[in-house]
This record gives sequence, structure tokens and C-alpha cells, in this order.
Amino acid sequence: MQTTLSELKPGQHGIILSFTDLELSLKLMEMGCLPGSEVVFERTAPLGDPIVITVAGYQLSLRLQEAATILIEGIRTEKMTKDYK
Amino acid sequence: MNIAIIGNPNTGKTSLFNALTGLNQRVGNFPGVTVERKTGHCSLPDGRVAEILDLPGCYSLYPKSRDEAIVLEVLSNRSNKSLFPDLVLAVADACNLKRNLLLFTQVADLKIPVILVLNMMDVANKEHIKIDVDALSRRLGVQVVPISARRKEHIQELKQAIVHAPGIALQHDTISVESLAPELVDSLTAKFALASPYSAIQLAHQHENLSYLSPEQSDLVEATEQQYGFHSNELQAKETADRYHFIGNLLKDTLEQAHESREQRQTKKIDFILTHKFWGFISFFFTLFIIFQAIFAWSAYPMDLIENFFSWMDGLGRSFLPPGPLADLLLDGVLAGLGGVLVFIPQIAILIGFIAILEDTGYMARITFLMDWAMRKVGLSGKSVVPMIGGLACAVPSIMAARNIESWKDRIITIMVTPLMSCSARLPVYTLLISLVVPDEKIGGFFNLQGLALMCMYLIGTLGAIVVAWVMKQLIKTKERSYFILELPVYRMPRWKNVGLTMYEKVKAFIFQTGKVIISLSIVLWVLASYGPPGRMEKVEQKYRSDAFRKTLPADEIDIHKSSEMLENSYIGIMGKAIEPSIRPLGFDWKIGIALITSFAAREVFVGSMATIYSVQDEGGDPAPIREKMAAARDPHTGKPIYTAATGFSLMIFYAFAMQCISTIAIVQRETNSWKWPIIQLVYMTGLAYLASLLVYQLFK
Repeated sequence: MQTTLSELKPGQHGIILSFTDLELSLKLMEMGCLPGSEVVFERTAPLGDPIVITVAGYQLSLRLQEAATILIEGIRTEKMTKDYK
Repeated sequence: MNIAIIGNPNTGKTSLFNALTGLNQRVGNFPGVTVERKTGHCSLPDGRVAEILDLPGCYSLYPKSRDEAIVLEVLSNRSNKSLFPDLVLAVADACNLKRNLLLFTQVADLKIPVILVLNMMDVANKEHIKIDVDALSRRLGVQVVPISARRKEHIQELKQAIVHAPGIALQHDTISVESLAPELVDSLTAKFALASPYSAIQLAHQHENLSYLSPEQSDLVEATEQQYGFHSNELQAKETADRYHFIGNLLKDTLEQAHESREQRQTKKIDFILTHKFWGFISFFFTLFIIFQAIFAWSAYPMDLIENFFSWMDGLGRSFLPPGPLADLLLDGVLAGLGGVLVFIPQIAILIGFIAILEDTGYMARITFLMDWAMRKVGLSGKSVVPMIGGLACAVPSIMAARNIESWKDRIITIMVTPLMSCSARLPVYTLLISLVVPDEKIGGFFNLQGLALMCMYLIGTLGAIVVAWVMKQLIKTKERSYFILELPVYRMPRWKNVGLTMYEKVKAFIFQTGKVIISLSIVLWVLASYGPPGRMEKVEQKYRSDAFRKTLPADEIDIHKSSEMLENSYIGIMGKAIEPSIRPLGFDWKIGIALITSFAAREVFVGSMATIYSVQDEGGDPAPIREKMAAARDPHTGKPIYTAATGFSLMIFYAFAMQCISTIAIVQRETNSWKWPIIQLVYMTGLAYLASLLVYQLFK
């Protein structure tokens, strides 16, 4: 199944497939959002936008309109990992 | 020896800079642009002294803001001997090597000697991140030095590495740069005698941003691009992908890292509260509350000290300088003008300190994240929140803080509306006028009417800022797209030394850079208030010297009346009368006109001017005597009180919106590097103030 990052729900994982906007993709790639890398949709801001994702081992915040330019595949919903010691 | 420090934001670049240079640092600007240039000296073990330059933090050599554009400018201009580094220290966060190495590979490919500095090794060790430093060093062909700048660990080893650094670039190629655009690289390398293929690629991408290129040289690059069909965006995308591919391979053999570190888990837990739907806003407003309490409470004592210091200086000056125009100019003009501004330094320093703490801990990024949606609706960005809130204390450091906004349009709008936020200098004006026109009563038993009026003034200012931002959003056209891609760094304790140094440096910059303007304007105002057209001032002098007149008044009031009448006949008094017809519709007379003119340089002068005009000594800032005189003031023609509710409110609205602050004009000029924006700001704010006052007066009259 393929969709955009903006349509994921909190807690869902996915793999970046490609981008629909070349100019934005440059900035996103520099920040570590590369095709083939895993992203986790962490949460949204209180008013629904922007959102926080985990990518390349750190947290990145971006607006929904930017997330909508990132195509995602291989979505899976992982159980929220409980804090392990 | 020139050394440049480069690295991503939040990697402890500044900590390293501070660890190397200590207090031997200077903040200035890069030639021709208003990008902060931090330099310092560092003594090396072999006796040499290195000049260290702290470049703005960036994620890659492709700039996202004006500040970042300076990085390539410095790293590519080999003919500028005073700036071009002999050695680059590329700082990387050992806990997030993958993203941090992107910038390193770009710098390495420019073929400038480079040392890879792995910072935050203490945290990495705690998180069981294993980095094979020797293998990394072998693979890259550079020295790799693990340090902890925060704990000052292994700084000596780094200095030793700097001493051993080769004079020429020995690093291995990272990606095959030439294959990105072979003909273009060959052609540009030959034409410009470039040191590396990657310099050619960067030249092609960014020649428009490089100020050292002549128009002909830039055209030559453009023509070469045309010739070989250069597609900037596509090439950059390919380059970035190639670099990450290289980094991925490199780290496969040299890095062992758990999926998620303890620090990150902790950060997520804190974020669960601080960016929560409900608790997020509560914590945000609580933070604001603390900051404002601190700004007003902690600054009271140092402000008193500064005021006392200036009155002591004044007294000292009076006793040593012979009385006359020189003493008056120095004391009433320069010293008074300087004192009026320097008294705000404690507030400015406290605000800067809090902003530094918010940035250092990582909470600033969360505020931005929390507020972005709402701010975007009115043409601002989440990053505008901090400057605007800061504007409630003082617009000057807040406008400086707007540098963090990458989008040019967002930044300009933020700068333009920040002075509408009611700053602390308006407070004495509001206090005086409210006490004059709003009865000191309670409604509903506990709402103090005067307090309510004061709150309304703050709300009106904020509302004004939002409306103006929205209008400007429609007016300013830009090709540039606004975007919001922001790292949320892990929470860390603030580095108090960095906070202290930031406060010190920014306050110093404020004093020296705005001080010049303030002094010159204070002199002009003083001259205008002290001198009048030939003959007129002498007449006043004569009148007060005549015995017949002196008998009509008690001795202690003579001087006060005299200075009041002198002011009336000075140039500024004449100007006040001249503008009276235009401010009549707002409910102001010529005396208020004088106050408007004198407080052009700084709003808080209003109270002092009123005191002089109404012949009252402003004793210890207690507004009561001035208030009584003002309340008693009557219109000479109609006999009605001048300060009616309509005039009072109209005047307050005028002060809420009008641009009456030389320091702000100076800082906007410096930050935008043009006179265009400060002039637009001055015109629109004055216009807005006039119209709003007109409306208020006509409605309430």
C-alpha cells in the first residue's frame, strides 16, 4: 500500500518511497529523509499541524503540506513500545 | 593560522568555540552583510596562536537562510586571506553521526584541510554508541578527534591534532563528484582555476549568492551552465542521495548504535507533556509568565542602580564642568539620552538570557512547533512567536532574535510587527495616562478598572500586530516558499556559561551599535529644545530677570516656570505649535505635540517632557505631581479640561501604535541591511497611530 506521510496515524511506521516535490525533497533529504529510510509518525501538534516524525535517529517536525509530498510504502502499525529498562 | 568551525545546529559548536577561545572572543559582522561573525583566539601547544571563526550552524552547504549563505562564501573564496581557513573543524554530534556527516563530506570535498571532531562523546558512551574512531579516520583520510566540549574533555588532544594537521588537504574523496556533471566540472575548474571538482559544482549552484564574484564571472558561470545543460535541483538531489549512500556504507563498519537512545526516550516523555493538547499550552503560558515576572522583578534593582549611576554622573559633571552650553550638551543631551536607553539593559539582558536558555534546552523548538499553525494563519511562522513575545519587553533584542527565521518573508513580517507589541518603555506612558483618565475603582468587587485598562492596551497592541501581519502577508510578494522543517533536538540542561556569554556579547553589541545613533539623536533633540530663533529666548530671559515679574511668583517656582517658557519658545516648542493643527483632530494640543516630538527618540521621554512642560519636577518617577498638574490643565479658549477620557485614550492608542524608538529603527536598519524597511515601518506605524487615535477621539468625544 502506498500513501503520503501526511496520512499516517500516530504510531505508524513506513518506508520513504519518493517525493512529489523536487525543491522540497532537497531540504528533506538533507535532513535525513531519504528514499528507503524508515520514518515513524510520532504525533501532531495540538492544533493538528505541524507533525513530528522520527527519521535517521532523531525527531523532525514538519507541516502537513510538506509531509504530503513524501510518498510512503510498507506501512505497519507497531504496538507502542512500552518503556523497557 | 585561520581555523573555521562548522557543524549542524545543536551539535555543541558554540561550546567548542567557547572551550577553545575562552573570553578571547569578538562578535562583529561579515563585511557587507549583517551576519554575525564570531571570532576568537586560541593558543596552540606549539606556541602559535590560531584565529578561530565560528560559522553559522547549517545542515549542508546549500543555504536555507541568509546566515547560512555565508558558510560557502567563506569556504570557497581562497583569495580572501583573512577569512579563508587553513583548517576546518567539522563538528559532528556523535549521537547522530549519519545526518551530521553530510556536511562533513561536503566540506571535505572542497579539499580544505579538515579535522572531524566528534562532540558529545560522553553522552554517546553513556548510550553505548560504539564508534570505531581509527577505522573512521582511515576510511576518510582525516584526523578524527572524539571530545566532549560541554565537559571540556579532550580539548587538549584536539589542540594537538590542530598542530599536527597537514597544510594540504589529504582527505580521500567521498563520492565521485565529477561524475555528477563531468563536462561542467572540467570547464569551470579550468576557467576559475578551482582547487577541487566539488568547488566547481558549488560554484555552479551558488554563484548568484557569492559576493566576491564579479558580474562578468557570474555570467561566465551562467553561460557554462547553459552550455552543458545544468539542472541545479536534480543534481543536488542526486548528490545528497549519493552522499547518504556513502555515509551509510561508511557507518555500517564503524558504528554500533541501539535503535533508540535513552536520551531520546526521555525526550519523548517530556514532549508528551510539553507538546500536549492541554498541558502544552499551559506550560507555554507558564513559561511566559515566569519570563515576564523575571523581566520586571529582577530588573528593578539594577535599573535603579543604573539610574542612580547616571544621576551621580550628572552631579559629578555639574561640579566639574563650567556651567554653559558645553556642560548642558554633554549632560542634558548625551548623558541623559544614553541613560534613558542604558536603563533598559537589565531587561534586555534578562530577556536575551531566557531566550538563550530556551534555545539551549531545546524548548524553543517546541514553542515554535506548538504555535506554528496559529501563526501561519496570519502570515507569520511558529518561529515568529519568540520575537513577538520578546517584543513585550523590548523590540531590539527581539528583532535580533528574528534571525532564526529562514523564510525571508516571514522574517520581514516578524520584524515589521514586533514593535507593535507593547514594550516596557510604553508602560510608564500607559501608567501615567491611565491614572489620569480611568477612575481607580473596582468593578464586580475585584476587577481593578485601571488594571483592566492596562491589559486592554497590551491586547490592542498584540491585536494590531496580528492584523498588520495579515495585511502584509497579502501585500508582500515573494517567489520563495515558506516551509517548516525543524529539528526537535533532545532536551538537555542549559550550558550556563554559554548563556552568560550570549548575554554579555549581545548586550555589548546593543550598546555599541545602537549607542552611536542614540547619542547623535539625543544631541539633535537637545539642541532643538535648548535653542530657539534669535531673540525669542532672550526675551524670556529678560522677562524672568525683571524684578517686577520676580515678585509675582515664589522664588522656588521661578526657575520651573522659566524652563517651561523657554521650552515653549525653543525650536521644538515652535515645532509643537506648528504640528498642532494636524493633531487637533486627535484631541492633542501643542504641549502634547512637543511630547510627541521629543518622544520620537524614545517613548518613555513622554513622561519627562510632560514634567518639564507642566513645570513639575519628576521626583523619583512618582507620577502623582505630574498627574495633578495635567488633570488641572484647561484649554485656554474653552476652559474645559484638556485631558478628557477621549484625549487620554487617543493618546494611549497613539503611543501603542506609533514608532517612537530610535533604537528599533537602528536595529531594523542593521538587520535588514537597508533603509527601506525601517522607513516603511516608521511610516505605516505613524499612519496607523494617527488613524487609530483619530477614530478613538472622534468616537469618545
